[in-house]
Amino acid sequence: MIRMENICKSFGGRVVLDDVSLDMPEGETLAIIGRSGSGKSVLMKHVIGLLRPNSGRVLVDDTDIGQVSYKTLRGIRRQFGVLFQGGALFDSMNAFDNVAFPLRTFRSDPEHKVRARVLQCLDLVNLSGVETEKPSELSGGMAKRVALARAIALEPRYILYDEPTSGLDPHTSTRINKLINGLAEKLAVTSIVVTHDMRSVLSVADRVAFLHKTRMHWVGTIGALHRSTNKILRDFVKANEYSIGVDVRVSSETVRP
Amino acid sequence: MPVLQRRLMQPLFSLGRYALLLTKGFVWLGQFSAYRKDLVAQCVRIGIESIPIVALAAAFSGAVTTVQTAYQLVSPFIPSAVIGAVVVQSLILELGAVVTGFILAGRVGARIAAELGTMRVTDQIDALEAMGLNSVGYLIVPRILAGVIMFPVLYVSAVSVGVAGGLLAAAATDVVTMAEFVQGARESYLLFGPTFGLIKSVVFGFVITSISCYMGYFTEGGAEGVGRSTTQAAVISCVFILISDFMLAVLLL
Repeated sequence: MIRMENICKSFGGRVVLDDVSLDMPEGETLAIIGRSGSGKSVLMKHVIGLLRPNSGRVLVDDTDIGQVSYKTLRGIRRQFGVLFQGGALFDSMNAFDNVAFPLRTFRSDPEHKVRARVLQCLDLVNLSGVETEKPSELSGGMAKRVALARAIALEPRYILYDEPTSGLDPHTSTRINKLINGLAEKLAVTSIVVTHDMRSVLSVADRVAFLHKTRMHWVGTIGALHRSTNKILRDFVKANEYSIGVDVRVSSETVRP
Repeated sequence: MPVLQRRLMQPLFSLGRYALLLTKGFVWLGQFSAYRKDLVAQCVRIGIESIPIVALAAAFSGAVTTVQTAYQLVSPFIPSAVIGAVVVQSLILELGAVVTGFILAGRVGARIAAELGTMRVTDQIDALEAMGLNSVGYLIVPRILAGVIMFPVLYVSAVSVGVAGGLLAAAATDVVTMAEFVQGARESYLLFGPTFGLIKSVVFGFVITSISCYMGYFTEGGAEGVGRSTTQAAVISCVFILISDFMLAVLLL
């Protein structure tokens, strides 16, 4: 279980996160939504300690990751798989070596086992025949799927997705959304999806956290989102063309003005 | 006032961050098996691939020094062998290391900064960290070690080719015979000379690679930031080559 308590973060005097608290229970898919620049990705980077809060703390399985040594933190990070917005594939390696990289680095498996695992991971993300391609030769959707295969190679307990569908056409976005759902079911992982794509949210999320003006403005289930009467949330949802059909009425929701 | 304060504090902040970066890398030194392959690759990129350009620059430095020394020094009262002495001593004590340093600052420093800077702005460094890897150790240690190992090799190559260039220039321009050139070089030979040059080359190797790694690792601001880091890596490396050159001369000679 991941718990974020009263996170405050600013860059050069500009406040990005102000007193943000959030629980991410095991086995759930949580979507963190908000406008561009609302601090979603910054919040995600706090989860694995890539950024340190100015105040507040992040607990992973009750361990405050701000208080542990770098070595322990690296051990905690190995429980996570992260899909970065642009994929963050290593340019110098082909698709196969990218997926094999964490296996070769952290496990001492023989090469035939590494190969089998890489092919299995690529198969999980519905990719084959791209093993020898360099990242620059892959399309945006393919690069994201290779990056996802790399993220799941070490069988993580948590998968973090940073804007998994941004820059992709609707068809490829749908495939990525199906993959997120499929992986959550097959691998029984806890997923955190940072996005502003409401279609993605409605497809994959069990729960939604809405960041607005540096604060955690609303947290609730997908059902609660459908019924929400919160004006700011409704405006955000309505601004997205894919939200047609979202029924906005009453709900069991947490609102922070 | 805060802007002025920030500007004044910036060098101290950079120095502290540089020291922390090296400390984080130093911890990784023991994990030799983790970076062994990359160390070999970096030795090839930083060292072997630089030999042609270093040799070219050194050959012309030797040749030009020969011709200019002859123009300035030779008179009926000064023996021609002095040319050999001046050229060889200049190459061993100063030119071999400094010329190699400037070339590597441009060629290797800019390359390292661009490589790491691109990795930073495309989240590849964050990806390494997110996997639970010490990105500093993984990326920076092999590059600095390769610089420290290969720079002396390049220095020896530069001095050898520089002396050969000087000899050829002497023969081609007839300012001094080859025999006189060699005689002058032998008579003025100082045992500490090559040791001093090798110490300098190790220091320059460290200065160039560590500064370039620092500039690249902390790149901010997309493609523009990568360009800025690359330029700064080359320029700052050159400045620190000159500073450390002076300090080593004061301390060791």
